[in-house]
Amino acid sequence: MGVGIKVENLNAWFGKHQALHGINMDILPNHATAIIGPSGCGKSTFVRCLNRMHETNPDARAEGKVQVKDMNIYGEGVAPVDVRRRIGMVFQKPNPFPSMSIYDNVAAGLKLNGFRNRKKLDEIVEKSLRSSALWDEVKDDLKKKSGASLSGGQQQRLCIARALAVEPDVLLMDEPASALDPISTSKIEDLIFELKENYTVVIVTHNMQQAARVAEFTAFFLLGKLIEFDKTEKIFTTPTDKRTEDYITGRFG
Amino acid sequence: MSEATPQIQWHRRVADKLATALAVICVLLVILPLAAVFIYLVIRGVGSLNLAFFTHIPSGSPGEPGGGMANAIIGSVVILLIGSVIGVPLGVGSGIYLSEYSRGQFGKVVRFTADVLNGVPSIVIGIAVYGLLVLRQKHFSALAGGVALGIMMIPTITRSTEEMLRLVPNSIREAALGLGIPQWRSTLSITLRTAMSGVITGVMLAFARVSGETAPLLFTALGNSYWSTKLNQPIAALPLQIYVYALSPYDEWHRLAWAGALVLIVIIVATSASVRWVASRGFAGGAQ
Ligand SMILES: Nc1ncnc2c1ncn2[C@@H]1O[C@H](COP(=O)(O)OP(=O)(O)OP(=O)(O)O)[C@@H](O)[C@H]1O
Ligand SMILES: [Mg+2]
Repeated sequence: MGVGIKVENLNAWFGKHQALHGINMDILPNHATAIIGPSGCGKSTFVRCLNRMHETNPDARAEGKVQVKDMNIYGEGVAPVDVRRRIGMVFQKPNPFPSMSIYDNVAAGLKLNGFRNRKKLDEIVEKSLRSSALWDEVKDDLKKKSGASLSGGQQQRLCIARALAVEPDVLLMDEPASALDPISTSKIEDLIFELKENYTVVIVTHNMQQAARVAEFTAFFLLGKLIEFDKTEKIFTTPTDKRTEDYITGRFG
Repeated sequence: MSEATPQIQWHRRVADKLATALAVICVLLVILPLAAVFIYLVIRGVGSLNLAFFTHIPSGSPGEPGGGMANAIIGSVVILLIGSVIGVPLGVGSGIYLSEYSRGQFGKVVRFTADVLNGVPSIVIGIAVYGLLVLRQKHFSALAGGVALGIMMIPTITRSTEEMLRLVPNSIREAALGLGIPQWRSTLSITLRTAMSGVITGVMLAFARVSGETAPLLFTALGNSYWSTKLNQPIAALPLQIYVYALSPYDEWHRLAWAGALVLIVIIVATSASVRWVASRGFAGGAQ
């Protein structure tokens, strides 16, 4: 089951440059929330703060409160590794492990965390590949082919399966379809629709039609600030803020 | 445009052919000396290769026919093993440190040290190990020889490992971290594994380089005309034996030296090939 995320006064920096300013946001469980905004407004930074990937950059820093179920992920004594296991991530560019077979790519998160039960692994790998709509295309060469030998769209679905295999509560997706053709894109959108039943999905996108298609809620970011956050329909039809309106009507950005 | 096109194409085609031809010539120029050395070694050395060469130690009196290099072959294997046991883990380990963990000043110091050590002549390393180990132990030893070769391997392996790990795209590391895999695990099982063939190439280059080293062994392993596999005793080694035999005035020993050189090359090539073969089978074997 997905869980909600409560973001309170989240700030993030790259060195001296502040990339996020006091973000407050209440992300509902089992829904998809879209993050939109012009390039460089802090969308990636924001989602990377939600699973503490932001701080993997040497001079990056984040501060604030991000409550996921019963845990403040920025609380004292919380290990980033545990956070990331519960909050999975799919990156903008497909990044399968090139030295591993398709099977091992999907199993990596479990195997490398010490999970050894082979039968259970087989089940999870199949289930994850089915959820990411890739199973039928790869089931015959799971262990024969490298993850890098798939097409871009297949690779991205492989990365989704890999993220699902560790059974997170939340799935963060940073422009998951931006490098893909229309067919792969629509497959991934269908997928997001299904994933919502079991996960909370946060998806960054530049494509407003995509946001409208997959997400119930949309957040509009500008210059590191959250300008407006509401039902997708509301954002796209009657936004409250002038800047949101300007952006979605294409007047800037 | 339609008039200019054929001419441009003509120019391009010639340029293309020229570039290809140049590349081919360069390749030939590289292969030529390599092949020449190998063929020459085979011609000169293969005649003296017989069972005795691999099973006997040198004959008692100088220049007398018969005898072999069994002790030197085993000695080289022993010294190279010691060298690799020291050089490979330390070299790969510091390479990993430089590429994955070092941020700031200390990393630069380590890198600079490795580069300087890389440039130190091998004989100097031999003398250093002589001073640090041989003088203290009061005798030459296989161990000292292995240590000298190991020290020589470290900087080469460190730098090549670092370079190879740097070629692994950052997105791969992010993918691993994003799955909640601990950094050390992701470094070993994913980053290092992705760069494995390059890292192995670096290790094999270092191995091949020290395999033929004579100078650092003169002060450390010393050489031995008799059987010895004791680590704290002087031990024979192929390069040492070749050196002694090649400088001797006896034809018989010259022939043995050629055979020894051939065996040395074969050992290097065989090690390199088998390590690669083992590593290449790794692909679908699974995350460890
Ligand atoms: N690695 C980095 N080092 C320094 N500054 C960075 C780094 N990554 C991003 N920034 C800065 O942080 C701000 C937010 O960047 P971010 O990547 O979150 O934007 P984005 O909204 O995802 O843009 P895009 O739509 O182009 O992906 C930008 O001003 C950018 O210059
Ligand atoms: Mg981005």
